[in-house]
Amino acid sequence: MKPHSYTLDATFAALADPTRRAILARLASGEASVAELAEPFDMSQPAISKHLKVLERAGLISRGREAQRRPRRLEPRPLAEATDWIERYRRIWEGNYKRLDALLQELKDKQKRTVDALLDEVKPKAKRKRRPR
Amino acid sequence: MKQPALTVTTPSERELVMTREFAAPRGMVFDALTKPELVQRWLLGPPGWTMPVCDIDLRVGGKWRNADGREMGMGGTFKEMVRPSRLVATESYDDHWTGGETLVTTELVETRGKTTVSTTVRYATREARDAALKMGATKGLEASYVRLDELLTA
Repeated sequence: MKPHSYTLDATFAALADPTRRAILARLASGEASVAELAEPFDMSQPAISKHLKVLERAGLISRGREAQRRPRRLEPRPLAEATDWIERYRRIWEGNYKRLDALLQELKDKQKRTVDALLDEVKPKAKRKRRPR
Repeated sequence: MKQPALTVTTPSERELVMTREFAAPRGMVFDALTKPELVQRWLLGPPGWTMPVCDIDLRVGGKWRNADGREMGMGGTFKEMVRPSRLVATESYDDHWTGGETLVTTELVETRGKTTVSTTVRYATREARDAALKMGATKGLEASYVRLDELLTA
């Protein structure tokens, strides 16, 4: 599997776990150290670290520069990409429908040319006037 | 020219509805939705996708099938067919990643030469709907990235 699809799969896998979602929710209100994150979840720091590693691999969080605390912070972009699925669905169909617009225009032009050609053949000109453009 | 707005709503927990207006009479839009040589021109999904396989037996009980020749294939059976206003068909993907069969109802309403198409997709369960949307997003994104890869390595 290619690295990028791995990342996206990792994003969905990471989001599938309630503890990890809770961690993300916590980080949405500001960065926090591993100890600070472990506290409300009643979990050991190594257990929390494991979850954090999954989140980090999925690109959902990153580490701050502060040497001692290494606070984790939320990376909003992949989260938005993964959760904003209706928007993505809409975009795919917008693409489809844009092509359908072009196709319909082409069909209309073709139909008009056919009608014009027929009218030219049939004449007389009086008939032509009756046809709205 | 500005594109007409496409609305996507989820009116119930098992449904998804898409509505869009097209600047063409209903009969023409119906053809574009049901004639294989026309469907293949526009119903492609994310960039980079194609549809070499498109079989449509347009009658109640008739089967339809689309496939991109590689990994994506889908098909179903027509349940209702009222040209040019209404089409109801089942739809399921070959590898069942949408979580089972869906029922797709397409309605066409013409007003002053323009046609509004509304498509209602009904999933078996709410979970199936959410999974389908998420997976659709995933596959769509993958396909886009694959195309980007192709561009970058060209």
